Amino acid sequence: MTLFWLILIPFIGGLLCWQADRFGDLPPRWIALATMLIELAITLGLWFHGDYHLGNVGMAGEALRWSMEWRVAWIPRFGIEVHLALDGLSLVLIALTGFLGVLAVLCSWHEIVRRVGFFHLNLLWILGGVVGVFLAIDLFLFFFFWEMMLVPMYFLIALWGHSGSEGRTRIRAATKFFIYTQASGLLMLVSILGLVFVHHAHTGEYTFAYATLMQTPLSESTAMWLMLGFFVAFAVKLPVVPVHGWLPDAHAQAPTAGSVDLAGILLKTAAYGMLRFALPLFPEASQAFAPVAMTLGLIGIFYGALLACGQQDIKRLIAYTSIAHMGFVLIGIYAGTQLALQGVVLMMVAHAFSAAGLFILSGQLYERLHTRDMREMGGLWGRLGSLPGFSLCFVAASLGMPGTANFLGEFLILFGSFPVAPWVVVIASVGLVLAAIYSLLLMQRVYFGPPQGEGIFADLDQREYVMLLALLGLVLLFGLYPQPLLDTTGAAMGEVQRLFGAVSQSTILPMGIP
Amino acid sequence: MSLLPLTFLLPLAGTLILALSRGRLDARASAVVGVTSVGLSALVAAWVGWRFLAGGGQSVGITLWTWVAVGDFRPTIGLRLDGLSLTMTGVITGVGFLIHLFAAWYLQGEAGVRRFYAYMNLFVASMLLLVLGDNLLLLYLGWEGVGLCSYLLIGYYYWTAANGWAAFKAFIVTRLGDVFLAIGLFWLFRELGTLDIGELLARAPEVWQEGGWQPRLAALLILGGALGKSAQLPLHTWLADAMAGPTPVSALIHAATMVTAGVYLIARLHGIFELAPAVLTLVGLIGALTLLMASFAALAQTDIKRVLAYSTMSQIGYMFLALGVGAYEAAIFHLMTHAFFKALLFLSAGAVIVSCHHEQDMRRLGGLWRRLPLAYLGFIVGGAALAALPLITAGFYSKDEILWEALAAGHGGLMLAGLVGAFLTSLYTLRLIIGTFHGEPQSDHARDATPGRGLAHGLPLVVLAVLSTFLGAWIHPPLAGVLPAPAEGDETWHLILEIIAAGVAILGLLIGAWLFLARQHWLAERVAGGWGARLWWLWNRAWGFDIAYDRLFVRPYRGLVRGLRSDLLDRLLLLAGWLSWALHRGLSGTQTGKLRLYAGTMVAGVALVLMVLVLRGG
Repeated sequence: MTLFWLILIPFIGGLLCWQADRFGDLPPRWIALATMLIELAITLGLWFHGDYHLGNVGMAGEALRWSMEWRVAWIPRFGIEVHLALDGLSLVLIALTGFLGVLAVLCSWHEIVRRVGFFHLNLLWILGGVVGVFLAIDLFLFFFFWEMMLVPMYFLIALWGHSGSEGRTRIRAATKFFIYTQASGLLMLVSILGLVFVHHAHTGEYTFAYATLMQTPLSESTAMWLMLGFFVAFAVKLPVVPVHGWLPDAHAQAPTAGSVDLAGILLKTAAYGMLRFALPLFPEASQAFAPVAMTLGLIGIFYGALLACGQQDIKRLIAYTSIAHMGFVLIGIYAGTQLALQGVVLMMVAHAFSAAGLFILSGQLYERLHTRDMREMGGLWGRLGSLPGFSLCFVAASLGMPGTANFLGEFLILFGSFPVAPWVVVIASVGLVLAAIYSLLLMQRVYFGPPQGEGIFADLDQREYVMLLALLGLVLLFGLYPQPLLDTTGAAMGEVQRLFGAVSQSTILPMGIP
Repeated sequence: MSLLPLTFLLPLAGTLILALSRGRLDARASAVVGVTSVGLSALVAAWVGWRFLAGGGQSVGITLWTWVAVGDFRPTIGLRLDGLSLTMTGVITGVGFLIHLFAAWYLQGEAGVRRFYAYMNLFVASMLLLVLGDNLLLLYLGWEGVGLCSYLLIGYYYWTAANGWAAFKAFIVTRLGDVFLAIGLFWLFRELGTLDIGELLARAPEVWQEGGWQPRLAALLILGGALGKSAQLPLHTWLADAMAGPTPVSALIHAATMVTAGVYLIARLHGIFELAPAVLTLVGLIGALTLLMASFAALAQTDIKRVLAYSTMSQIGYMFLALGVGAYEAAIFHLMTHAFFKALLFLSAGAVIVSCHHEQDMRRLGGLWRRLPLAYLGFIVGGAALAALPLITAGFYSKDEILWEALAAGHGGLMLAGLVGAFLTSLYTLRLIIGTFHGEPQSDHARDATPGRGLAHGLPLVVLAVLSTFLGAWIHPPLAGVLPAPAEGDETWHLILEIIAAGVAILGLLIGAWLFLARQHWLAERVAGGWGARLWWLWNRAWGFDIAYDRLFVRPYRGLVRGLRSDLLDRLLLLAGWLSWALHRGLSGTQTGKLRLYAGTMVAGVALVLMVLVLRGG
């Protein structure tokens, strides 16, 4: 039942915020903050008291083991259940959701002044949907939550967003986001239904249960098509070039909290989906598809980095860097070794922190300068108190400076993928130089150079300072001592590696010869 | 031994205090924190070193915690102290402390002292991790950390955009090398299954054959990293621009410590290079080429710091040459003496620059020797050591060892390059000293130069001056057993070579004195036009590497970025949206409400269908 509460709390909190609006602006903020703190506290409690080592996981065919499970029938006629389960991976990602949720509420404290209650309703419902995605292991339920996240996000961008330059309005960005993710979600639905029907044809029963569907015998081409349906849905969300177009617009036009959630959590649902569904459900097809996926990852690294260099809008720049970073994640996922997969987890967490930090910082810059155009900045180092120092730290994290979690994430991915795909790793490493170029370009354009004006802007207040310090502390903590995190996800990643990696030795290699 | 981690923890604590103080520390308190933390670190290093030597020089390790553990991948946060890392630690904390102290004088009255010391302390901590780390991943942490600090300190005077770009260039060019090093780490881990340096060196000869392609690849990749950090051909272009930072930074990072990290890296991983003799030869060749290239470039600079920058490149070239001929000890010895005398030269240059109101162009200095006696003394002693004046200077002993071991190992060509370099070194050193301190003052800044005062100014200069003489050469790094012994040779030849080398250095000084004192007008005329001007142009721009790289890499990259700026792929996908929009417009355009048009279209359609039916039926 705890698992169900994890999903319910944000939804209930959101409704309360909405209703509390009538008592002024502050009650919704405090309710939202309290909701996310409770969520975070429950997750951390689960983390400290749970066992995520999953025992000795046996050979394939044995039932999957979860640290916690909860199920009730929903639509028995089609075998649809409310089936939630928790393992190390979902736990870490839910904890991340809770933490970034707190930050998202905090960073909107002064930024959002219109319809505060409804804003927090949307914010919390996004987070509730995300938690649902991380917990659902009934495919129908998963799809339900997957679509569920979109609607509040759409409103968040459309109602509280900023309008950008060159005719980029917030409505347009929101629509683009919605169409991209909705269309790709439909592909996933088709794949889910396809899988269920194939299973029905074999056994005569309808089920959407993850563990059961995993056993479905599939012909090679069916598996490939079904896998592609899942992959496309996740690829749009990750995002993978060339279906990344919604991300820069959505980021640039979204309010800070929206960007934090988008970069920090929503993108991670895609990687989670690949790790939880695309790979384990279709190991052979995924293995065959791996070279293509890795190539797409490489394209993402370079394309994202090159475009980041050319941006004038600071939030668009950060958005493109996300694309580059997710390229590493994609490579790591499809390399499929234990080391690479653990690197993927670390990279997801690290990127959530560093991107959230950068977006919060650009929000704070915007509050002070009322522009996001870097051509109007420059020479700000001495005029913003401790803000530039924090920017420097998060920029360093983003370019993969050792000591930060981003470095370990990237390097574990590269170390882990090297034995599988040496050339991919060599080419991806060049991306490290490009990462340095776009990161330092940001520093140069915003903070260095001759000051553009007189006077000093407001220094960070206590709320802003504590937020950034907490994020930075976590980036450094997981950069120097990531073991608690890795131990938690170790068993779950071992499971993925077992299901996916085992194929590479046994089936695919002989089949690859003709 | 349990005190060893304090060496890097103390400067790190200094950084944290300075960074988190949020303006509660004034300039003076910041300087006190910054200098004290490194001073204490130096004391701890001295204590640890003394215990180490008293204990017979046994290498000792200390593991703080396991950094990451996934399967076989288990790098630790662990330190290892042996003769090599002790030597480096001594240089970093000792010279580092003197430079920190000098900086307190140098930065008097400037804004941002807190920032300066935060970066400098972080640099010392990273550099110590680089040399003390017992595995390559921790070494890489230090390696990137010093790169970041170097970036920040070059761009310290951020309000001039050019400084920021110089810092940018330094970081990107060195990171290019770092990528090679990173791939090297992937390769080593895949082949040897560990990143622990001790285990790597033990396992490499077991797994690999000498001269095989695997060790060659490993050595080449590591060399790539070393070339970037140590500013050797072809990744050297960043160092001269790095002089944009405050002069103490140039002394510490861009002369004494960070730029020599490549030398340390190769010496540390000598076992892998020994398995790849071809790469080792390449190291020597690159060193020789760099030292010649940079010496010529140093001849044609007018900025005193740029002369010193090119001289640093060429001296590191000597160290690479030494590594290339297997004279690891000589390389480290020269690294140490070079740290002393080059730090002295840079600090003296700093004294000149501050005294002359931040004027650092030789053409606007001159005649300073009477006004700035201590700086002059620093230049004389440091310059003598740089030019390797026989017997009395530290530089002579280390450089002579390099030349001799090059000859003994049978690399006559490299030895000859070293001799030519020695001649050029004397020439540009003398030009620097004469241009700065002799003749008539060329500007008001030079005319009313006021000498520095105080302990923070005087003590570092005097101590470094003492260390730059033969007294410094008495400190012999305890490297026996850590690094392989060099080739043996005939001692008579050694004596002859010593005499020749000494002769070359003195000849360089004599010719220099003749050129720059007696024939200076003749020289100025030669440089003004014709071949002389072209040569000057070429050397002044250090053989035009910057221009070539700009054309070859920077401009195409910028073109690419500009071309892609509007996100072409996204536009392509938007075509789908545009298409459906156009379709909608086209179709909705037919809905005009005009009955006659509808009827007409209908009739035309019926006619068309009938026609098709009739034709097919027929």
